[in-house]
Amino acid sequence: MQKITRDVLIEKAVSLLSDGTVSRVLGYKKGDLSYDITPALFTSKEQLEKEFVFNDFCAANFAKYLVKETKNQTEGKVLVFLKPCDTYSFNQLLTEHRFDREKVYAVGISCDGMIDINKIKAIVGDGIISVETDEKIKVNTLYDGVKELDKNDVLLERCANCKSKKHVAYDELLGEDGEVLDSNRFDQVAELEKMSADERFAFWQNELSRCIRCNACRDACPACTCEKCVFDNPNSGVENKSPANSFEEQMFHIIRAFHVAGRCTDCGECSRVCPQHIPLHLLNRKFIKDINEFYGDYQAGAIVGSRAPLVNYTKEDIEPIDAVNKGDK
Amino acid sequence: MQRIGVFVCWCGSNIAATVDVQKVAETLAKEPGVVHSMNYQYMCSQAGQELIKEAIKKHKLTGIVVCSCSPRMHEATFRKTAAAAGLNPYMVEIANIREQCSWIHKDITEATEKAIVLGRTAIAKVALNAPLVPGESPVTKRALVIGGGIAGIQTALDIADAGFEVDIVEKKPTIGGKMAQIDKTFPTLDCAACILTPKMVDVAQNEKIRIFSYSEVEEVKGFVGNFNVKIKKKARYVKEDVCTGCGLCTEKCPQKKVPNDFNLGMDTKRAIYIPFAQAVPKVATIDADYCTMLKTGKCGVCSKVCTAKAIDYTQKDEFVEEKYGAIVVATGFNPISMDKFDEYAYSQSKDVITSLEFERLMNAAGPTAGKLLRPSDGKHPHTLVFVQCVGSRCDSCAEKGKEYCSKICCMYTAKHAMLTRDKYPDTDVYVFYIDVRTPGKNFDEFYRRAVEDYGVHYIKGMVGKVSPEGDKLVVQGSDLIANKQIKIDADLVVLAAAIEPDKSARPLATMLTASMDTNDFFTEAHPKLRPVESPTAGVFLSGCCQGPRDIPETVAMAGAAAAKVIGLLAKDKLTGNPCVAHSDEMMCNGCSSCERVCPYGAITYSDKEFRGPNRTTLIRRVASVNQAICQGCGACTVACPSGAMDLKGFANKQIMAEVDAICK
Repeated sequence: MQKITRDVLIEKAVSLLSDGTVSRVLGYKKGDLSYDITPALFTSKEQLEKEFVFNDFCAANFAKYLVKETKNQTEGKVLVFLKPCDTYSFNQLLTEHRFDREKVYAVGISCDGMIDINKIKAIVGDGIISVETDEKIKVNTLYDGVKELDKNDVLLERCANCKSKKHVAYDELLGEDGEVLDSNRFDQVAELEKMSADERFAFWQNELSRCIRCNACRDACPACTCEKCVFDNPNSGVENKSPANSFEEQMFHIIRAFHVAGRCTDCGECSRVCPQHIPLHLLNRKFIKDINEFYGDYQAGAIVGSRAPLVNYTKEDIEPIDAVNKGDK
Repeated sequence: MQRIGVFVCWCGSNIAATVDVQKVAETLAKEPGVVHSMNYQYMCSQAGQELIKEAIKKHKLTGIVVCSCSPRMHEATFRKTAAAAGLNPYMVEIANIREQCSWIHKDITEATEKAIVLGRTAIAKVALNAPLVPGESPVTKRALVIGGGIAGIQTALDIADAGFEVDIVEKKPTIGGKMAQIDKTFPTLDCAACILTPKMVDVAQNEKIRIFSYSEVEEVKGFVGNFNVKIKKKARYVKEDVCTGCGLCTEKCPQKKVPNDFNLGMDTKRAIYIPFAQAVPKVATIDADYCTMLKTGKCGVCSKVCTAKAIDYTQKDEFVEEKYGAIVVATGFNPISMDKFDEYAYSQSKDVITSLEFERLMNAAGPTAGKLLRPSDGKHPHTLVFVQCVGSRCDSCAEKGKEYCSKICCMYTAKHAMLTRDKYPDTDVYVFYIDVRTPGKNFDEFYRRAVEDYGVHYIKGMVGKVSPEGDKLVVQGSDLIANKQIKIDADLVVLAAAIEPDKSARPLATMLTASMDTNDFFTEAHPKLRPVESPTAGVFLSGCCQGPRDIPETVAMAGAAAAKVIGLLAKDKLTGNPCVAHSDEMMCNGCSSCERVCPYGAITYSDKEFRGPNRTTLIRRVASVNQAICQGCGACTVACPSGAMDLKGFANKQIMAEVDAICK
């Protein structure tokens, strides 16, 4: 259950639409199934009241939608609801000049963690008719009637290891702002680091072998907003590499992790949307952990205009020869 | 389809002894696109180049691969050869099968195999090469010399002599540098001031030369031929163009306890001062750290006594921006700090001094008016011990001193010892040394004179400890030739401190993107063939900023640097490097990643209109590269997430093709 209710959000959206602050609203819309929520654009009170939803399944990160939404010629601003983790992506995209801040009205909303339908499926099995997200998670199943689950058992991985309840960007805030949290999000990376190279290779072979190259991770990733992705560009020299053989197919994810290194805010969308349940966020987290350890703590998107250590030249940069000497000692 | 020619060089036996050149040529002939492949004894020779030219014409070659030495050696040669045969010079690729192959392998089978792979890699690259045409940029016909010591002075005079304008930026209130502090010069023993100050006056009077004294370089932008330099003129609280240098203020200033840095703190000066009598420009400067008026607002004596009304307590640091075609670094040296050498008791006794301090003690304009007196009690010293290599040639103690030889100490120590004995025959003078190094015209004769004619006691060995006892300094050392430990009760100990580059050199190198070695000496473009040029185009080196050297060598280097600058400024236009980055606007995200990694500030962004779907117009932020500023380092191409940035001549696709060719 979320402390912020659907009604509060609709009321806010309607008032901003009616006073002309915004001309459209980015929100969540019910899909075919009760747990299948999709992002959608709303332009009227009627539409909002009919289709807008907000519950524990509203995990999608809206930040990326602003790239397209501010580029078209539509009059007026777009209203976007941002959970704390979404605000980091929002700032990161601003840092990269990917959308026009002037065309956005951002409402920060508090978040009590989103749930993972796959974890529910793993517990209750097939035949889920609907899921109600109150105090307890009530799963209405075809074969076993209603099953009650504890929300903490079925949180999305990124919510179980939530990095921050603090909004780093908004025009207006609904609900309470929280703090940056000490999460255990690097524990699993540390475990992978402990493995031998062969074990780690086997782990990733196993995980990545399931990839069907549906590109969902890339399409959902707020760092992947290139005008033209290198994997879609025949001139990049990368495009024909990734499908050359099964090993190079897996290189897709590694190349992608390199591309978003230093820009990834660890929003976890890649793993959430992966239909093959590949823990892609671990690749990104390894980069984040390394960057933190090598250059000091850095959180992409925490501050607009911050310079990621990997893509920042300063006059104070260490000379390569000094780095070599340091390595010797 | 490209028509590629392959030319495998033997380099005499340099390559042919370890690489089967015949086999390399035959194997590479079968690579796709290769229509001609041959080997020859010396490809770089006139005959070898003729072979290439003939082959280009005969086989209508569109690209060539020369398997030879490093491209640093002969890439330019073969590009010219190609151009002479009508081929675009950038259709030439070099496969380095000498430095990176034949020289480092012993096994002929392995080396041949590697040479084939390297050749194949270059073929894969040249197949994707495109003809490039370099751009041109104009040359600002003015030079900047950073540092106003003898190196900077001589460079500026020589450049000005050729008719070009020169600016000198000197951080101290006067030019002159270390040479102005020195008493006599080896091996002729002529007075340093007598030969330096006329040159300083020449600088001041030369219409082509401007001096920015008490100034520092704040920022450098641009590139060879077109540098934009921001210079900070530090507030000296005296109007430079009004002050007549009469010196009245420096006599009347009531603040008398300011350490005199020109005499290395061995006496005091006033808060308003002129460093020395022959200073250029001869203008007073207020030391803001000591001036009572500036600190408390109460005093103003200098202003009252100044008849020229030159004092201005409200003066602020001023910034000037100037354009230059060439920059000469002449930042010089300093003796290293003696803090880490406790064994010599430098911090415990005033009578342990450095050689530069000894220069001031011997100098008629120094704190003792040229009389050799001990700093502690003003008494005449009878026993003097000179210690050489203090901090120089430190093999095991690199964090304490320097690994290199400071080069000048043997000679100036011989000079000090000789002058002491000459002026004061009642003295005993000892010199402790590791080796005496005297390569130079009349240098060894000079040293032998010190030993043979002046009776200086040279002791091969190092001093282990100096301990002050009463009014004596007990020097314990070893005499390696007599194989015994010796103890000398000395009155004065002089340490020949190692020299190191001035501290301002490192930040300056960063501004200039000029490279340095681990000791902070500037690196030359080639240690033998381009010793006065930095690898950064348009930046030249003069004097001790590049390595320890004495005055005649410095003056020679200053002239050489000036000649290089004159050669550059004499050109009206410079040919650029066409291997620069460019952005594909259709793919650019405008994310600024490239801009943030560009060390040269070559990338800018602008909003541009693009055709969107359904006859709409999209405005997108896109990057563009100033091709004159870009140095082709390629940092942007790897930072660009979408691959919109690419380097001409080193395209991502070409590098990928090279990797593929290696891994095939």
